[in-house]
Amino acid sequence: MHVAHLSLADFRSYESVELDLEPGVTAFVGPNGQGKTNLVEALGYVATLSSHRVAGDAPLVRHGATRAIIRAAVVKDDRRALVELEINPGRANRARLNRSPVPRPRDVLGLLRTVLFAPEDLALVKGDPSERRRFLDDLLVARAPRFAGVRADYDRVLKQRGALLRTAALARRGRGGPRRAESEAAFAAAGAGDVLSTLEVWDAQLARYGAELLGARLELVEALRPLAAEAYAALAPGSGAATLSYRSTLSTGGDTESDVSAGGGVSTGLSTESRSLGITPAVTDRDALAERLRARLLEVRQAELERGVTLVGPHRDELFLGLGDLPARGYASHGESWSFALALRLAAYELLRAEGTDPVLILDDVFAELDTQRRRRLAEIVAPAEQVLITAAVPEDVPAELSGARFDVSEGSVTRVA
Amino acid sequence: MYEGVVQNLIDELGMLPGVGPKSAQRIAFHLLAADPADVKRLAHALLEVKEKVRFCRVCGNVAAEEECRICRDARRDDHVICVVEESKDVVAIEKTREFRGRYHVLGGAISPIDGIGPDDLRIRELMTRLADGRVTELIIATDPNLEGEATATYLARLVKPMGLKVTRLASGLPVGGDLEYADEVTLGRAFEGRRLLDV
Ligand SMILES: Nc1ncnc2c1ncn2[C@@H]1O[C@H](COP(=O)(O)OP(=O)(O)O)[C@@H](O)[C@H]1O
Ligand SMILES: [Mg+2]
Ligand SMILES: [Zn+2]
Repeated sequence: MHVAHLSLADFRSYESVELDLEPGVTAFVGPNGQGKTNLVEALGYVATLSSHRVAGDAPLVRHGATRAIIRAAVVKDDRRALVELEINPGRANRARLNRSPVPRPRDVLGLLRTVLFAPEDLALVKGDPSERRRFLDDLLVARAPRFAGVRADYDRVLKQRGALLRTAALARRGRGGPRRAESEAAFAAAGAGDVLSTLEVWDAQLARYGAELLGARLELVEALRPLAAEAYAALAPGSGAATLSYRSTLSTGGDTESDVSAGGGVSTGLSTESRSLGITPAVTDRDALAERLRARLLEVRQAELERGVTLVGPHRDELFLGLGDLPARGYASHGESWSFALALRLAAYELLRAEGTDPVLILDDVFAELDTQRRRRLAEIVAPAEQVLITAAVPEDVPAELSGARFDVSEGSVTRVA
Repeated sequence: MYEGVVQNLIDELGMLPGVGPKSAQRIAFHLLAADPADVKRLAHALLEVKEKVRFCRVCGNVAAEEECRICRDARRDDHVICVVEESKDVVAIEKTREFRGRYHVLGGAISPIDGIGPDDLRIRELMTRLADGRVTELIIATDPNLEGEATATYLARLVKPMGLKVTRLASGLPVGGDLEYADEVTLGRAFEGRRLLDV
């Protein structure tokens, strides 16, 4: 697929901009702070309904404006679709498809698929587990948009269950504590008797949506593993092998945040242990996973009631990245971390491509970070894609293998120069 | 900020569901400019609804008397109770003409975020109604969203020892939504195809 037209109104630094785009390579070139990333960020937003740079929507709206509008014409198999998003921070966003409103913005997910490489990707390797969980979940949604719903439901169950556990935790702290009478009263007001009687109901909900998310992630990691290893070997030949394994809070008896080795039944990794376990249909069977989640919740119930948080479930799991015999996080060099991050994105790209449609590749300011060898290798890998959009501070940062159209970006104006 | 009484009105309107500050202001100024007789009628309607309408002591539905129209109707089937979250759901289901039993309005759904637990819903009243064994089927028609599902599961577990048939409306209802937004045909079909709730 490719984007044929992008139009922005009050998005980031742009009051208004209209861009005609073509298949093949297009580079946006200009000094820092001129608005190059803002352009590709908008396309990433159309694909994922979130920015790759910020968590909330507010910074996406031009300073002084009340809402931002992104319009993108997406061409897939010669059919053109017009996606329009209105970003209203603090209120519900709205979406239209081919000029007709859709019930929820979520309904336009899947129309544009992108794989976006950006300097922020370094956090995939060096950052918190939440970064890697998000990588997996975003990819699940890109492959099957209905996962946006599963993810939202799971998050909501967590919120509801968390509120319930906090009520219980509050009451426990109250008992025996100095402010006993007060907390006890608060607990009674919140309906203490209800807590335990309804916890099981939320356990069931958590297990149901959690199992769906977990099962899908396990299958995804299994599919990504060889692709990431291959991409890493291509980018950084001669260094250790890149491995992925999924470490689930399901598979330990002890503290959930401690090292959950690949020995557990639902871990998947290249280690011999988990290899021999493999991912059999039984392991990712949703009902079986849900049962195990419920059992684990019962095991940790005491701790949950004390701490007031849900300790088991995909929201606490980790996608473990290994390099040779060592964890990548904390051990890999800067260059290795970069290569690993790129390898993850490339694996995502290969996976989406294998499903039939070439996603739009976006390379935001990545070449400047790479040495000549990796720069060339990355360029060779991405060159055949249907559409590649690149941002770079200077023309020399665009590898020769990726010649194509060029726009100069300066002080918010975008001009086609080649 | 406006003169005291005008701002008061805007503040009061702003507390209504679905009315933001901007709409509150617009409605307030509309009322200021409106014919005094029209405004009196509106004020009267507001007062009257509070004075005359109450909640049915049996099922919790809105009623003009002690008991609502449906609870007083002798032709309705006493063996089936349909449990809903709100009175507006009763209206939606009545439109389908699929259901001839009685209702029970819970007054919401379990939602810890909003501090709503089973004790805040009319669940005790429901248990009292079920106690004499006359009711043989309980249809749980809470909203097809997380909170509605949780409430359904909770109720099903609670009444399980009583051995009555517990059913849930068939899927096909728009997931994540409100029962009232389902069209009559879909809702009617969901009734016909209700399934046993196994917990
Ligand atoms: N909401 C906003 N309103 C106005 N300007 C913004 C907004 N968000 C970012 N900018 C401006 O956009 C510029 C950054 O654009 P960006 O696309 O990141 O630059 P680059 O060309 O280096 O990729 C900064 O000058 C910043 O002040
Ligand atoms: Mg940039
Ligand atoms: Zn009644």
